[in-house]
Amino acid sequence: MSNENVMTRRGLFAKIGILLNGLVAAALAVPIGRFLLSSITRGRADGYLSWVSLGPVSQFPEGETRLATFRNPYVMPTDGKTADTACWVRRVDADRFQVFAVNCAHLGCPVRWFPQSGLFMCPCHGGAYYRDGARASGPPERGLFEYPYKVTNGAIVIQAGELPTPGSTAAADKRQPPCA
Amino acid sequence: MRLIKRVGEWFDLRLQLAEPIRDVAEHPVPRNTASWFYVFGSAALTVFCLQVVTGVLLALVYVPSAAEAWSSLQALNYQVTLGWFIRALHGWGSNFMVAIVLVHMVQVFLFGAYKFPRELTWIIGVFLLLMTLGMAFTGQVLRFDQDAYWGLGIGASIASRVPVVGPAIVKLMLGGPIIAGATLSRFFAVHVFVIPGLLIGFVALHVLMVVKLGINEWPMPGRVVRRATYLGEYHALTRRDGAPFVPYAIWKDLIFAACVLAAVAGCALVFGPFGPTGEPDPTIIQTVPKPDYFFLWLYALLSLLPPALETPALLIGPVIAIGALILLPFLSGEGEKSWRRRPIAVLTVLLIAVTLGTFTRLAQYTPWSPKMSAWSGEPVPQQFLHGATALERQGALVFQAKQCRNCHSLGEKGGQRGPALDGVAVRLTQDQLIRQVIQGGGNMPAYGKNLSPAETTALVAFLRTLHPAGQAPARDASRDIVLSEPGPPDATATR
Repeated sequence: MSNENVMTRRGLFAKIGILLNGLVAAALAVPIGRFLLSSITRGRADGYLSWVSLGPVSQFPEGETRLATFRNPYVMPTDGKTADTACWVRRVDADRFQVFAVNCAHLGCPVRWFPQSGLFMCPCHGGAYYRDGARASGPPERGLFEYPYKVTNGAIVIQAGELPTPGSTAAADKRQPPCA
Repeated sequence: MRLIKRVGEWFDLRLQLAEPIRDVAEHPVPRNTASWFYVFGSAALTVFCLQVVTGVLLALVYVPSAAEAWSSLQALNYQVTLGWFIRALHGWGSNFMVAIVLVHMVQVFLFGAYKFPRELTWIIGVFLLLMTLGMAFTGQVLRFDQDAYWGLGIGASIASRVPVVGPAIVKLMLGGPIIAGATLSRFFAVHVFVIPGLLIGFVALHVLMVVKLGINEWPMPGRVVRRATYLGEYHALTRRDGAPFVPYAIWKDLIFAACVLAAVAGCALVFGPFGPTGEPDPTIIQTVPKPDYFFLWLYALLSLLPPALETPALLIGPVIAIGALILLPFLSGEGEKSWRRRPIAVLTVLLIAVTLGTFTRLAQYTPWSPKMSAWSGEPVPQQFLHGATALERQGALVFQAKQCRNCHSLGEKGGQRGPALDGVAVRLTQDQLIRQVIQGGGNMPAYGKNLSPAETTALVAFLRTLHPAGQAPARDASRDIVLSEPGPPDATATR
């Protein structure tokens, strides 16, 4: 009572106890944090992206746009059908392609191709795109997302693996002019 | 009887709960708060209890795996005895809970109950509202169907717009690079463990504070809240005009809670469970995803905001809205409680209600979305083709085949994305029609690359016939003057 600054033996032990718990908590926080953030850290340096085949180029007639599907390269055993992904393949001419994500560049709903009017239309908020993926009208601020592609051994192969979203690296391809 | 008393005493000696429970039950409340306006908080708590019970029951069968969730919901609907009813109770309970929490909040706001000393009760209430909405959204995800799948895509697209850390938030939210197994598992954990755990804790605090601080007295115009005097006034009021909560006020809570439970059960019985809609297979793109009722206003807002405003509104709007709700008791912690003396408060509630109601109504028929099947499903009404020339009829065919109908209605059938074209010839001259079709503009795509000159001619010839019987089509006045002049003006004479 006379001197509150005096450290008693039990007081010291209590403080050591708190310190010890703090140390153990800090040590455990590292693996817990790494576990929680693993879905982010794994994707660093394009860890999720791979080249996937969409099948032989002969499936895609010149001048037409067709729906193709592929299995996402990064899968978990519980994914079921959700790891199957669709994309729109436009064959411009013999060796030029455009592979669009089905996800609208506005908020990700699946756009549908209408060959008669040459437009992709989104069922959610009314976005529309021209045949080359450029924005035609509606709320999207940019054109459709495009997958990088190459033709290997007569098959069209795209680089995919991440959900394309307006802010993702997969979407950081060229911004298209508002009018084509 | 004596045995029951002895058993009770045996437990109470160890639990020591009888005294505090009696205190809570008999704490005095102002007589005029025993009102039908004061029943919404307890009703929300009752529905929450129903949600916990039905949620546990559903978890007995539901499989939180992207590969099997949808089929386990089918099993609940069609295979497990009364599984459909438990699903319906949980789904309708969710809608009722959001509705009652909102009504409770409006009542508390209009009765000035958030003012001193109940500021923290209000703030915890704001968190409870956010958690209730969080439960509604995550619950919609667990109903793992096409709406859930694409709804997650919308959530991810919104999250990705956060500057710098957006893509990381998306991966954290999805548990991986795409919407898949890990996504459903983590939404299950959030819906079943994280938010309910927080909810139970916060509800306990919320109720504890209501008991400790006393229920808000009936607001009287002119009875002004002042920090220095309020507590004394309130205690004087409960001493002078108080009655024990049980049974004086609680009977109305009990009757209303029973009515709400009966209403949930009635809706569940009559309308059945929600969905699931189609299987969550991302390769099935013939789908029109839509959020649940309480997020429809947001769906409408996302369609109607100008594109450039959208990201700021999505990222800053919630911060402002939640911030305003939290700051409210600090900005007006004193003063009048009665809605009769707070016109701005009443107008604010009305404005928000009308706005949300309008957006919700709009989202039910989505005038902004092209009607994907109108071009092949809705024939051109006969009256528009009566007496039409061959060219005009060909134009009507072009009109349908090029999917103009998906966005433009004729005879009130078709899309509402663009204006109805029943009387378009009165509004636009021939030249303006040609320009609009070829170049687009005003939110219409340009069709120049998709129409041959012959198709354009036919289409515009058809559009020129779309005017009411008594009104002539629009024409360019200068055209008549130019055509009536004998020859081109002498270019040199005007110099």
